[in-house]
Amino acid sequence: MDFPILSALIALPVAGGLGVLLVRRDELALPLSITSSLVTLGGAVWLLFEFESGEAGFQFVEKSTWHEPWGVGWHLGVDGISLLLVVLTAFLFPIALLASTSVTHRVRQYMASMLFLQAGITGVFLALDLLVFFIFWEAMLVPMYFIIGIWGDERRIHAAVKFFLYTAFGSALMFAGILSLGFLVSDQLGGPTFDFVELLGADLTRTAQFWLFGAFGLSFAIKVPIFPFHTWLPDAHVEAPTAGSVILAGVLLKLGAYGLLRFNLTLFPEASVDLVPVLAVLAVIGILYGAIVAIVQTDIKRLVAYSSVSHLGFVVLGVFALTTQGLQGGVIQMVNHGLTTGLLFLLVGMIYERRHTREISEFGGLASVMPLFAGAFLFTAFASIGLPGLNGFVGEFFVLIGSYLSLPGYAVAAAFGVVLAAVYLLWAYQRMFTGEITVEANRGLGDLNLREKVIIVPMAVLIVFLGVYPKPALDIIEPSVDAVLERIEEKTDYVVPEFGSTTDIAVEVGE
Amino acid sequence: MDLALSLIVLLPLIGMLILFAFGRRIGEPGAGIVATVAVAGSFVIALVLALDLFSGEGSVETVRWFEWLPAFGVEAELRWDQLSTLMTLVVTGVGSLIHLYSIGYMHGDARFGRFFAYLNLFITSMLILVLANNFALLFVGWELVGLSSYLLISFWFERDTAAAAGKKAFVVNRVGDVGFIVALMLIFSVFGSLGFDTVFDGAHNGELTGAMATAIALLLLVGAAGKSAQLPLYVWLPDAMEGPTPVSALIHAATMVTAGVYMVARTGAIFEVAPIAAATVAIVGAATALFAATIAMSQRDIKRVLAYSTISQLGYMFMAVGAAAYVAGIFHLMTHAFFKALLFLGAGSVIHGMSDEQDMHKMGGLAKKMPVTFITMAIAWLAISGMPPLAGFWSKDEILGVVFERGGLWQVLWGVGLATALLTAFYMTRMMWLTFFGEPRWDEGIQPHESPKLMTIPLVVLAGLSVVGGLVNTPFKLTLEHFLEPVFEAVHLAHAPEGSVAWILAAVSVAAGIIGIGAAIFRYRDRVPAEDGTGWRLLNNGYYIDDMYAGVFARGGKLGAAWLAFRFDVRGIDGAVEGVGSLTRRVGGWLRPLQTGFVRSYGLAVVAGAVGLLVWFLSRGGL
Repeated sequence: MDFPILSALIALPVAGGLGVLLVRRDELALPLSITSSLVTLGGAVWLLFEFESGEAGFQFVEKSTWHEPWGVGWHLGVDGISLLLVVLTAFLFPIALLASTSVTHRVRQYMASMLFLQAGITGVFLALDLLVFFIFWEAMLVPMYFIIGIWGDERRIHAAVKFFLYTAFGSALMFAGILSLGFLVSDQLGGPTFDFVELLGADLTRTAQFWLFGAFGLSFAIKVPIFPFHTWLPDAHVEAPTAGSVILAGVLLKLGAYGLLRFNLTLFPEASVDLVPVLAVLAVIGILYGAIVAIVQTDIKRLVAYSSVSHLGFVVLGVFALTTQGLQGGVIQMVNHGLTTGLLFLLVGMIYERRHTREISEFGGLASVMPLFAGAFLFTAFASIGLPGLNGFVGEFFVLIGSYLSLPGYAVAAAFGVVLAAVYLLWAYQRMFTGEITVEANRGLGDLNLREKVIIVPMAVLIVFLGVYPKPALDIIEPSVDAVLERIEEKTDYVVPEFGSTTDIAVEVGE
Repeated sequence: MDLALSLIVLLPLIGMLILFAFGRRIGEPGAGIVATVAVAGSFVIALVLALDLFSGEGSVETVRWFEWLPAFGVEAELRWDQLSTLMTLVVTGVGSLIHLYSIGYMHGDARFGRFFAYLNLFITSMLILVLANNFALLFVGWELVGLSSYLLISFWFERDTAAAAGKKAFVVNRVGDVGFIVALMLIFSVFGSLGFDTVFDGAHNGELTGAMATAIALLLLVGAAGKSAQLPLYVWLPDAMEGPTPVSALIHAATMVTAGVYMVARTGAIFEVAPIAAATVAIVGAATALFAATIAMSQRDIKRVLAYSTISQLGYMFMAVGAAAYVAGIFHLMTHAFFKALLFLGAGSVIHGMSDEQDMHKMGGLAKKMPVTFITMAIAWLAISGMPPLAGFWSKDEILGVVFERGGLWQVLWGVGLATALLTAFYMTRMMWLTFFGEPRWDEGIQPHESPKLMTIPLVVLAGLSVVGGLVNTPFKLTLEHFLEPVFEAVHLAHAPEGSVAWILAAVSVAAGIIGIGAAIFRYRDRVPAEDGTGWRLLNNGYYIDDMYAGVFARGGKLGAAWLAFRFDVRGIDGAVEGVGSLTRRVGGWLRPLQTGFVRSYGLAVVAGAVGLLVWFLSRGGL
């Protein structure tokens, strides 16, 4: 048997976390945890290069049965949908840890929590057994709860409890869904099973699909978050420490969209197709609403949090467009949002460490004293706005044009999001960075230091790379999302719209 | 060929990278020289490559850089044809001159290196725009010029007005971009590709039906109107004058703002099958031309006169391309690039010499103090006023001729164009008189002086081009038209009239110009009217349209957003969420007294429950 690289990607951070706890020296906590996360990153990069792009199925599969009668087993695998998200996770953690030097209180527990969180998130992306998936899904909540609740800001307890209860509420529904799904199929598959690949072989009734779609979908919708389940997010972001926000925005939110794409679309295809209008409406509302609400925020972290609602709306729209361009766009947008919003939160953290405030009105004219920082912020803002040449453009372009093919009205409405993104980010930039310095405390601020540059540069490089040359990433994603579409076409009477259907659309426009 | 063509784009890109990395270390004037050499290098290469096309021997070339977005049927690919050649020459040619000028103009600026990095970024972006071989790459260039424009307008970001103007330009352009993006959606849904050849061949072969063609073309117009500052999206351009003057000359007059005209010309095959949309382009153009000209008459800030003048002249170009007079439109784009760049650079020279004064009421009598600036600007003044044989005469006359020749209601547009010509001559003369003639009205302590050679040499070159530039396409020898014809094979080019009609039309438009000039000279010959009546104030404030936008969109939008954010979101949605939370807690609170911790009460409850169950079972008919 080959080296179990996927298990290793989960085990490494766990080992790192335990190590940090066991070595009872605070000053070693950061180096140890960063080392651990860098080793994990090495493994993830190796995975990236060994992965056969152009193949649709799961690779590096590990499978061993735990409990035959219930059909539960350790089943891991990676495909074009999850690979980049796994790599993104491995990439963001060392950076988030490096951005955690301001944590001075219970450092070892903090670092261990982060590493356990990493293991949980990676496990969610890799698990192909629904119970294993659910265990990781729940396990990840705990360290995140502590990260917000212990190392957060003033109202951290409120935010942490809200985050925990809100998502746990969704999880409870999903757990019920998983159990009923596992036993529902036992007639067809000769016994209960929670194995995702085996479950794909079952045919569920329409009614069952709807109920299960709801049970899974609500949990995922809260996590994304899809409007109107988003209000835990700004609170959690504002109170979370920088690294917590980075991980929350960078990968945690993607778990919801990933779940919708991985499980809802494939396991409940009929329900998915029927519910497209609902999801599309909510996605478009999320895009526009998140952006509009972001405009007037006075706290820069809340602003970025609402921008996430908007950007994740694009992801959901792309996924439920059910076209290859839309789905590719949805997946690449997840990766891109992880990079740009992750970097925005890192930058906000850097200014917070200097000034201990996030109020936009406390800044103004910073570009004169912190030119490098201002440049980095503007660069990231434009990536987030979707400027071509930077990564954000690719996902938006794919989603917008891809969803036009199946959801023309929604796509056109979503296009207005590109204006709003420019409004909220450039206005925030204007208020924080241009003009004369208005608050004396800002006059003496130092520009980026070496550690901060080390944090920014790798992210910026990826932002440019994926913006200019997204093809390698798209090549990885395309076969797997096409397989999802094929499955939907096979199981339902949905037909992926073909381009060139001039007459249909002409009639529509003509009317 | 591949390498040479690539280098046209890569040289300014490399220049930009060098300047971003080492601009500060290279310092002044090194950074300016690096940037200028990069752009001039592009120009020389483009000129050499263009010679083949000029002689009629060259062919259309494409260069593929890398596989880019196969899902949309497009690669990172450049297209070298007659139209992109001409655009490249204008962009790099005028661009080099303005780079050179900027070395003088930006002397002493703290971020000298950064300025040239941005300028090179702009040239790179603009070249991507005009050389792209598909809509996706065109859009990349389109957005990147928007970025450059943003960066350069707000270059002096310490000034709040500059920062706000940069943002406004970007946001208003994005409004136009929505149209562009939706157009791309429609195009892709019809053709399954965003490649130029597929789309234009398809449109030519009847794959595009009427309503769809009209929709696509109108949406492209929305995008073009944003970039080229046409009604109703023109409001960003006057504010863009907050940028350093060379930027106004290069980006907000000569090149970037013409991108919309270029785009309509490039997509002529689509407008060909969408006559209603094409007519709309012409109407928007004509309306903008007249509208902006009236505002230009009343401005006191020399740069704002030129800004509204630019909007007005872009309107002419839209009128031309809308009338399927693509060559005339591109021709005017080129001549306008010469004389308008010259006017802006001249204005920059005046501002420079007047210690940053921009109010024309505080100028006057500068002709003697700044002879080179005066003479070169005078040439541009006569050129834009349509005086033969200067460049503007030929191109403007061709546009008016074509529009007249199309007959019917088009002749109304001709009338509008003619009225605009008169107003143009008037406001340009007014500007020249207030600036260069009459008594000095300078503020105390200002000592006007001619600008250094670095700045005047580009003025002289542009003045030369403004004189002879029109000769490339005269009714006697239509060199440019023959050169560009292959690009417009798929469309029926509209042509200017010939013979006596042509002579009469030319005479009429020259007469209009002379009347405008004469009227202005008469009005301003020896005095500076206050011009503060109601009518003048209305014009001076641009019919208050900008204020209306600010009220409705900026202030109104903010109020609406604030309601959503702080009422609806916090109290409504989150209120419901928190409400569920506190309800749970309250219910818990009610139930809490039950948990007394006393065994006797629990015991009582157990007994009560048991009795209750017993009663229930018995009542249902026994155990």
